[in-house]
Amino acid sequence: MNIDEKLLKGDKRACARLITMLESNDKEAIEILKNLYKNTGKAYVIGVTGPPGAGKSTLTDKLVKELRKQDKKVGIIAIDPTSPFSGGAILGDRIRMNDLSLDKNIFIRSMGTRGSLGGMSRATWGAVKVLDIFGCDYIFIETVGVGQSEVDIVKTADTVLMVMVPNLGDDIQAIKAGIMEIADVFAINKSDLDGADKTELEVEMNLDLNEEMDFRPPVVKVSAAKNKDIDKLLEKIIEHRTYLEETNKLEEKRIRNNKTELLKMVEEDLMSLILDKAVKEDLLENLAREVTLREKDPYTAKEEILKLIVKSE
Amino acid sequence: MFDDKKINELRSSIDRWEKETVEKTISRFPERKEKFTTGSNEEINRLYTPVDIKNFDYERDLGYPGEYPYTRGVQPTMYRGRLWTMRQYAGFATAEESNERYKYLLDQGQTGLSVAFDLPTQIGYDSDHPLAEGEVGKVGVAIDSLKDMEILFDGIPLDKVSTSMTINAPASILLAMYIAVAEKQGVSKDKLRGTIQNDILKEYIARGTYIFPPEPSMRLITNIFEYCSKEVPKWNTISISGYHIREAGSTAAQEVAFTLADGIAYVEAAINAGLDVDDFAPRLSFFFNAHNDLLEEVAKYRAARRLWARIMKERFKAQNPKSMQLKFHTQTAGSTLTAQQPDNNIIRVTIQTLAAVLGGTQSLHTNSRDEALALPTEDSVRIALRTQQIVAYESGVTETVDPLAGSYYIESLTNKIEEEAIKYIERIDELGGAPKAIEKGYIQREIQNAAYRYQMEVESLERIVVGVNKFQIEEEDKKEILKVDKTVELSQKEKLVKLREERNNEEVEKALNILKEKAGTDENLMPYILDAVKTYATLGEICDVLREVFGEYEQSIIL
Amino acid sequence: MDRPIRVLVAKPGLDGHDRGAKVIARALRDAGMEVIYTGLRQTPEQIVAAAIQEDVDVVAMSILSGAHNHLFPKVVNLLKEEGVDDMLIIGGGVIPEDDIPFLIESGIEAIFTPGTSTKDVVEFIKNNLKR
Repeated sequence: MNIDEKLLKGDKRACARLITMLESNDKEAIEILKNLYKNTGKAYVIGVTGPPGAGKSTLTDKLVKELRKQDKKVGIIAIDPTSPFSGGAILGDRIRMNDLSLDKNIFIRSMGTRGSLGGMSRATWGAVKVLDIFGCDYIFIETVGVGQSEVDIVKTADTVLMVMVPNLGDDIQAIKAGIMEIADVFAINKSDLDGADKTELEVEMNLDLNEEMDFRPPVVKVSAAKNKDIDKLLEKIIEHRTYLEETNKLEEKRIRNNKTELLKMVEEDLMSLILDKAVKEDLLENLAREVTLREKDPYTAKEEILKLIVKSE
Repeated sequence: MFDDKKINELRSSIDRWEKETVEKTISRFPERKEKFTTGSNEEINRLYTPVDIKNFDYERDLGYPGEYPYTRGVQPTMYRGRLWTMRQYAGFATAEESNERYKYLLDQGQTGLSVAFDLPTQIGYDSDHPLAEGEVGKVGVAIDSLKDMEILFDGIPLDKVSTSMTINAPASILLAMYIAVAEKQGVSKDKLRGTIQNDILKEYIARGTYIFPPEPSMRLITNIFEYCSKEVPKWNTISISGYHIREAGSTAAQEVAFTLADGIAYVEAAINAGLDVDDFAPRLSFFFNAHNDLLEEVAKYRAARRLWARIMKERFKAQNPKSMQLKFHTQTAGSTLTAQQPDNNIIRVTIQTLAAVLGGTQSLHTNSRDEALALPTEDSVRIALRTQQIVAYESGVTETVDPLAGSYYIESLTNKIEEEAIKYIERIDELGGAPKAIEKGYIQREIQNAAYRYQMEVESLERIVVGVNKFQIEEEDKKEILKVDKTVELSQKEKLVKLREERNNEEVEKALNILKEKAGTDENLMPYILDAVKTYATLGEICDVLREVFGEYEQSIIL
Repeated sequence: MDRPIRVLVAKPGLDGHDRGAKVIARALRDAGMEVIYTGLRQTPEQIVAAAIQEDVDVVAMSILSGAHNHLFPKVVNLLKEEGVDDMLIIGGGVIPEDDIPFLIESGIEAIFTPGTSTKDVVEFIKNNLKR
């Protein structure tokens, strides 16, 4: 049996191998996805983000268990940062989901960000498609909401769940500034801590600032560790899904997301085309030197680089 | 100790010595290294003088043995009165075999028992639990029920020995079993002497045999404090352990800091549970590691003693001097033993023994030379015990109290370790105390960074480990090692089947139901656990009931 | 290979001594590998499930409790049953020399005992990958 046939049959090894291939931008894998794209579209994608230590993995674990009660097949993509120094990474999210490993209707995959040029978003989108073909009803993408590329990925989920915890101090400012506005549902985790009410209030007040929302993101206090109110949170996520579906906004959102994905892929391919040529032929190095020495202005230099691909096309 | 004028004079004469004498030598014979450091990576000066301890105040900083702040020791006469307790940690396979080893050790002159349990017992699983597969009887004795405990102490009068049990998450259950065995021997609770480790915080930090989340775990611990203060007054209710923190790779100062921070958390929990500090604090004991850096280790014990006394007096306003005395057990460092040329480990253990004794330990376990390979053989265990006896009877270091006191280096190092530990404790206080600092991964991260740094130092040959990265040889002959028979698991399983047939299962169920109900209340659980144990409910059954009510701890991974 | 080597670092069995596993995890990361760390108390079944889903190149296990003769081969056999033949399986911990031949024969390709340099582990992995 070929890998594509195996994937269609729900084979975990095939699923895993295809994701590996997509992570290294393998041509064969892309051909397979071209053929199987018609088999995607069933899965609903939930992005889970929030500051480090908010309990995203534990919360994801509990949400998945809730979905399993409804007999849904679930995929999880857990993204952790790659070390900029060594290119290596320690991916530790799985540890909070260890007892999900053995369920044949759950697939967990850890991914490193592999640097901004590593094509993480493309690999993640590819992995989402593979899990969709694999038969998942729900796919979670879980990542720390710090780097821009992580935010870009989470943004393309159908529902974005923002996980907060009480007493974050300055961290909450950073989050507010960056990605509060992409959240569709808020979870205040560790609800038994002092300060949970305060955090809830802060989030609500922040939401009050924006009066023109069609869908006001619900804020749910939960305790992932104590498995408290997870069902309530899932309900709110499903409510958001229903809202999107009934107002036809899901399609709008997905068109927007696909636009993002297409642009990103084109951008990356063009970039690598240019870099391949320019770096290989020392052009970039030489031009940069000339610009520094005032032998050439940067605008002319840029045009020279662009000529590279115009010629080659 | 010295006035400013004298110190200033000294400073200039030291300068002179550096310029005139030292530099001359160094120009011809450079020192071996750019920088000298302790085993914990603290920089060491070429020479220590009064300048390094210029604010030293004898009465305030050292005082006298048996008196506050106990820097020089908790007893006035120390080893001139009584030697430390030589206590070899042992236990493997079945209760029958462990019982034999205990009797052998008592015959050899050992003065206290120390029970090692296998991992399923430590994590509250019976020998027939799927997760117990392959682990039964491996690192200690398998105890599934009171039946096993009766066999373990068969023929050993519990009013005559003191018994230390390395048990944490299910400590209350094993203590209950011990009490029940004593009752059957006709020994009343108030005569029992010994220690349970009972230190859950370091399990989360370093050792990994946790069961329940922190909150109910702390409740079980304070339940024991309260119960024992009334019923088992001679029992040491906790052994707050730095040993495993150090084994996990911490520095000496971190060992002191994190252990005492855990200690603070236990004291606070007990006070919050309504206990008076002087009711339980005298029964707190500690457990430290002994590494190879002899002088740093001695300073470490002294710093820990002084700092704990100050914490108990100043922070917790203890009145009873016994509440301020840090009494501790020591074990030599398993992590420093090498699989290469294992006989060299005897020498390492000797140095570590000296450190513990010069540091004023109350009891000591010396590791066996073959522990980096497997469980120790009887021969190896005897040599380890003999090492203690030689230090005790032949070395002479026991004949006066705290013989290294007053050394400029030792006092300076003692101060430095205390200062560093205080800084860590302040940071942990800021984070909300040890349990919070553990939850946030702060303590684990500090330890792992130290462990990784150490490993890199060894690999880059900045740190020499004899036989490992220098002075290696080809080794051929394999040493005899001890293996645990595979039949242990089977025989434990058979015993369980038989037990479940023979006991009164109605009574078991009744006791377990009551325990379950009480676990949901604020009541002290010790009496109900004791009742359950006496019906021959198994360790796993009791833990399962508590798991249902309390939930299970999920590890927070910090890398 | 133009992608990072992926390694599952796992602790089968019940012992909680993860100093070695964590040092190795960090060293492998610093050598540019992607390390999936699964934490304590993993059953052989969980390890195999994780290895497959993560599609790792290497499964590295550490045991200090003495249960290696039981647990290491079990992982190898479960992987075989799943048809996995392209993962490098290595082990470490307090493992008596006498046991090593048996473990090697069972399909553990290398056993690293205390005192091993992390560099040796990195080198071994790089030189013995199966795909």
